[in-house]
This record gives sequence, C-alpha cells and structure tokens, in this order.
Amino acid sequence: MLAFTLRRAIQAIGVMIAVGVLSFSMFRFAGDPVNQMVGMDTSGAERAAIRKSLGLDDPVIVQFGRYIGNAAQFKFGVSYQFRLPVSNLLMERMPATLELAIVATIFAMVSGILMGVYSALRRDSWLAHVFQAVSLIGISLPTFLIGVLMIYLFSVTLGWLPSFGRGDVVHIGWWTTGLLTLSGLKALIMPSITLGLFQMTLIMRLVRAEMLEVMRTDYIRFARARGLTTRAIHFGHALRNTLVPVITVAGLQFGSVIAFAIITETVFQWPGMGLLFVQAVQNVDIPIMAAYLMMVSLIFVTINLVVDILYTIVDPRLRSTVSRAH
Amino acid sequence: MTEPVLSVRNLQVEFAARRGTLRAIDGVSFDIAKGEVLGVVGESGAGKSVTGLAVIGLIDPPGRISGGEIHLAGLRIDNLPPEEMRRIRGKRIGMIFQDPLTSLNPLYKVGDQIVETIRTHLNLSETAARRRAIDLLAEVGIPAPEKRIDGYPHEFSGGMRQRVVIALAICAEPELIIADEPTTALDVSVQAQIISLIKRLGRDHGTAVMLVTHDMGVIAETSDRVAVMYAGRVAEIGPVQDVVKNPLHPYAKGLMGAIPTLAGDDKRLVQIPGSMPRLSAIPRGCSFNPRCASAFDRCRIDRPEPLPRGTQSVACHLYDTVPAESAA
Repeated sequence: MLAFTLRRAIQAIGVMIAVGVLSFSMFRFAGDPVNQMVGMDTSGAERAAIRKSLGLDDPVIVQFGRYIGNAAQFKFGVSYQFRLPVSNLLMERMPATLELAIVATIFAMVSGILMGVYSALRRDSWLAHVFQAVSLIGISLPTFLIGVLMIYLFSVTLGWLPSFGRGDVVHIGWWTTGLLTLSGLKALIMPSITLGLFQMTLIMRLVRAEMLEVMRTDYIRFARARGLTTRAIHFGHALRNTLVPVITVAGLQFGSVIAFAIITETVFQWPGMGLLFVQAVQNVDIPIMAAYLMMVSLIFVTINLVVDILYTIVDPRLRSTVSRAH
Repeated sequence: MTEPVLSVRNLQVEFAARRGTLRAIDGVSFDIAKGEVLGVVGESGAGKSVTGLAVIGLIDPPGRISGGEIHLAGLRIDNLPPEEMRRIRGKRIGMIFQDPLTSLNPLYKVGDQIVETIRTHLNLSETAARRRAIDLLAEVGIPAPEKRIDGYPHEFSGGMRQRVVIALAICAEPELIIADEPTTALDVSVQAQIISLIKRLGRDHGTAVMLVTHDMGVIAETSDRVAVMYAGRVAEIGPVQDVVKNPLHPYAKGLMGAIPTLAGDDKRLVQIPGSMPRLSAIPRGCSFNPRCASAFDRCRIDRPEPLPRGTQSVACHLYDTVPAESAA
C-alpha cells in the first residue's frame, strides 16, 4: 500500500516536471522579456546588464532548473501587469475558485447520484424521463449559454440573485469565504449550478447505467434470493457497487471543473483564478499564465493521486491486489 | 403420508416476447418430501432453472407464472404479495446459484453478508448473529471460521465461496433448498465435496432439496428421486435407481445411454440425434417426437400426459397403447 502510494507520487512528480517544461517554454515564445521591461532608449550595454542580473544569459538548462526550484517553493515571479508577485495574486484568488469548484462538485454529485439512482430504479416513471431530458440539455448546451440564460431569468427579470461577483466575504486567515454570509451564498448559487450542470448530467447518466448494470449481476439476484429487503438491496448492495466508477469520474472531473471555471468565472465576473487567467491572456502576462498552468496541473495530479487511494478504500479487491503486487 | 414440503402442480411460466408469448414451463408437477433430494435433470433450456426460480418467486418480467400452483408446506406461495414472498425467501426457501464467484457481493466481508441475512430473517442481536455466522461457516466446513468471517469474497477459493453461499442459503434453517447447478462452476474434486455437504445438510436438518443439474453423475450420487425435464415438461419422474437402471421415456433412455462408463468398452457414446426445439417452435404433440426413434402417428398429434408406471411416472404414448415389454 505504501509502495503503491509512493510509486504514484513519483509518477505525479514526473508529470509536474513535464508541465514545468511547458510553462517554462511559454516565456521563450512571447519574445525577449528584457525588451518588454525596458524603454526604447535603453542602450545595448544596459540591456546586457539587466539580462545578466536576471540570469537570462545562463544556459537554458540552468534557467529551467532555477524556474522549477522556484516553482516548487511557489515563487512564480512578478506579474507584468500588476507588478505584484504572481503567487500572492494566485493565493488571493484561489479560495474563490476552489470554493466555487467544490460547491459545484458537491451539487453535481448529490443531485447526479440521486437522479441517477431514481431513474435506474423507476426506469419507466415520467420523472425519470424528465431527468433524461434535463441531462440531455445539460450535456448539449454550452456552459456560458446556461449562465447567461440564468442571469437573464434570475437576475435581470426576477431580480432574485446577483448577476456578478462573490458577494460579501469573510476572512479566515489567508482564506476568504463567501459561505458565511447571505449575499455570499446567494452569489454562489448560479455560478455553481452553471459550473456543475455538465458534471451532474455526466454523473447521473453514469450512475443510471452502472446501477442498471449492477442490478443484473448475480450477487444482486442472490441478495434477492436471500430475502433481503428491497431497500437493503438497492442502497446497501447496488449503490455501493455503483459508486466505484462514480468516484473516479467525479474525482477526475474535479480537475476539469476547475479548468472550466475559467468560462463560468468570466460569465459571472467571479474573482477567481480563472478570471485572473483570462485577464492575463488578454495582457500577455506570461508569469501568471505559466503559474496558472502549473497550479491547475498540480490540482489535477493531486486529485488523481487521491482518487487512486480512495479506490482502494472503497474496493477491498484492489487493496489486496495492490499489497500483493508489492 | 405427510404433506410434502414442496408441491408444484401444473406450473406454467410464460415470457412475453416481441412475437407472442413463449411458454418456458408447460404443466410441470412434482412433490418433494421432508429430507428428500429431488434431482432435476435435462439439457440446457429444458426449463430446470426457470422452475427453480419460479418456486422461489424470482421470475422477473417479462416472465411470469401464468398457471398452476406452488405450495410450500401447505401454504400457496405462487400468488403471495411481493413483500410476503420476500420474507419466505432466505427464511423458508434457500437458494444456491451456479457461480459462487459472482454470487457474493465483492465489496462486503462474507461475515457481514451472513449477519445481514440472519438479521433480516431472525430476531437476533449483532453479536448473536455473528456467533451464529461463525457456527454456520464451521458447519459448511470452512477452517478457522472466526478468522475467515472477516475475509472478503475474493480471498476465498471457488469451493470455499460456494460453501459460504451454502451457509448463506441455510442461515435461517429453511425447509427447502433450491440448488441451481451448484457444482457446475467448480473443479471435479471440489464438486464431490460440495455435493456431499449439501447431502449432509439435507439429512441433518431434514431439509428438502431441489437439485438442478445437467450432470447425471451428481444426480445418481445425491438424489432420492429424479425428474427428467424436456422442453418445459417433465418427461419422466421416479426413484433415482429405477430411472437410471430402467428409464422408460425414450428421451430418458437416450440420456442414460449418453453417460460414459468406466467398464472400458470403447464403443461410441450413444447420442440423441437433433437438438431441443426452441421455445418458439415446439412441435405439436409430444415435443420430443422429431428426435424420437419410437415415435408413431399419435406422438405427432396428441400431447402425452404423465402416466404412473410402477414407481415411475412417464409422459409417453408408448406406455399408453402398447405393453412395456415391446417398447423396451
């Protein structure tokens, strides 16, 4: 088990180094950084001095090593547009994005699992058909369109919910949360539904398909032959077996929820990392773009690692094959 | 004579298919007495398993019991409400399925699955149920049951898993056990152990056993009586020695002739020509007539009804019209 975790961790580090190469090379594609920093009338000697003081005349591999070393300590340099350390900017924005992503994922999982289980068990009821229709909409409509439509309905027409921003936030240490104020919660509703809708439909369809599959297995038939109650069979035996693949998908999807947050944050002007990234792209703010790439990859890789470990907790078969293999 | 544990009368099971209904079981009748083992034998698709599922009430739509009656110790059970039938399943009728590898939920410890079943049917505390589960595992021959009870199904071998399945089937002391091909998925050496276990349990607890299999050897070893099924009907039923030594129905004769012997004669095994008809194309009259060497005109028109013949009962016109000597 320990060896398994360790091996996965080493793989994760490998992925992060590869991402580091990518984000490092971004700097080299966007022109000479010295030219962007100095005025037109700076002399060649001064430019060379700046280049030397910044270490830009070192061999590429040395520069890369320095970049990775700094990145490992969450030092991503200074933003071109804000003139502030990128890590400070990211840390300031991260709570907003993570809170949105987590609430959206919880929304997607809870409603997705409930709807999936219902439509598997009552396959022919009208509500199950409604769920299927909703899931079709969720899968086919683009996120931004749903967001804009919701703003039109709930903010512009009905005036119930704020159309942009995070509402009032409370500071807890370096973390800021909108979960503790009424306006913060209200501001969270539409963005998290918009962001979670796609995952919800995905989970719902997955749960439905898995549940139907599991209900056909021999152990469910045997559970019925043992005279267990319908409740125990559906929720004790079938649902737990259904959840194994659901955990994987939901976990892996959490990464793309954060990535998709770029669009949702733009639509709702949500002050998170995604919005920061979009602004950075518009202003060719390479340090922020590179740092964002690294941060999102780190989150992805961490989630994959956690999902792998969670797997072994839910499914005892993996636990022993894993420990037997090492 | 005391009342049989299980009495099936003229059972019919139909499946609604796209093109009309298919009758999988057509007028099957048999009894099983307390402590008796009834072997049910036949080719694949003869309706053996469906009969077992009908008795325990697990025929799922589009299938349904369309006629006949099933009585468990005098109580009619084929038309009970689902919730009452559920209470009977596992408590009064235990079932063992073919594949022990897939019969157990892989995510739960075997002990938890046994305790869950015990507590569904008997009013026992968690600790009492656990103690009973350990006793059950010991009874079905699992070594170190107090340790193995916390194992997961994948940690057991096939034979050991089938023992766990049997423990689950008998955990509420049922009056009837339906074993649907309990040894088919197991190694030959393990098969013998499982068979003798089922036999011993039936004897010790006075449980009636309905043993569904296509293995005549298993039947001969375990059963008191045997029912030979063909195309959803019982062709012949009787005490196992009589049916094996002196089969009456041409199909039963063919079946017994197809058992290899150890006598060493290197004759080819007898083969019944043709194959069993599909449910959608059951021939008129006796369903066996196209494959039967002794078929005559009446077999192609009339459906034979079971006729008592000594200790046996046979559904064949040969025994209705002509003396048994000329038929044999």
